[in-house]
Amino acid sequence: MASSIRVRSTSNGDITEVQALIQHPMDTGLVKDSKGEVIPAHFIQQLKFECNGKDVFVADWGTAVSKDPYVKFSFKGAKKGDDLKISWTDNKGGSDTTTAKIA
Amino acid sequence: MTTTTGPHPTRRLILQGAAGVALLGLGNLPFGAAPARAAANDKYPEEAFKLKNEADAIKALYGKTVEPSDKVKLDAPEIAENGGVVPISVTTTLDKVTSISFFVAENPNALAASYRIPDGTLPAVANRLKMAKTTNVTAIVEADGKLYSATKEVKVTVGGCGG
Repeated sequence: MASSIRVRSTSNGDITEVQALIQHPMDTGLVKDSKGEVIPAHFIQQLKFECNGKDVFVADWGTAVSKDPYVKFSFKGAKKGDDLKISWTDNKGGSDTTTAKIA
Repeated sequence: MTTTTGPHPTRRLILQGAAGVALLGLGNLPFGAAPARAAANDKYPEEAFKLKNEADAIKALYGKTVEPSDKVKLDAPEIAENGGVVPISVTTTLDKVTSISFFVAENPNALAASYRIPDGTLPAVANRLKMAKTTNVTAIVEADGKLYSATKEVKVTVGGCGG
């Protein structure tokens, strides 16, 4: 199965810039479908980036994060070729993990 | 959901104490459910995300007062045509940043996202949020144990609750 996480991480020597795009409905639990039934809340609660055994960025999300969330940040201390591990968990116990090489 | 509603004021006092203790590296064992970010715990701050009011959410997340600062740069559009996808980013020149959070004042739940910034990560985040209607977006930066904020009004032409 294709990963829900798309990530681009590039190093300019000192700083590594990370952009991630995740496929997820991020349902708020406030919206009704065409039959008038409420679509239950379904959203990512935590998204974690790890590099060289250390958390470099942790996102805690509520329902107000847009569908198919995007996030961008930068960190120091990694070099080209290092692995960046990305994982998320949602409110229904779903999760996904992927690893990207820093380019 | 049936846990007590009574002792809120006291609990907050306790939380503030717990946060202080945690900063000293002594942990906060008796207050494992402490929502305060300052405690640097790994837990998802579920309670703060459920609160409707912005002030309450800030209190639950941080338990501290916030001061506006021009060192926090909040970048958001003047007008968002689609409230479902509003690109918002924040950068700051402050030192020792440990977390950055985003609040949308009149959303059903004010707290939108909260990011932990470990040592070595730059204090800048870009993301996309939903906005129910025209309202203020506030970014809060926690730096060296204090809270700094920047606020900007974003006009929303189509609300974001319909997805």
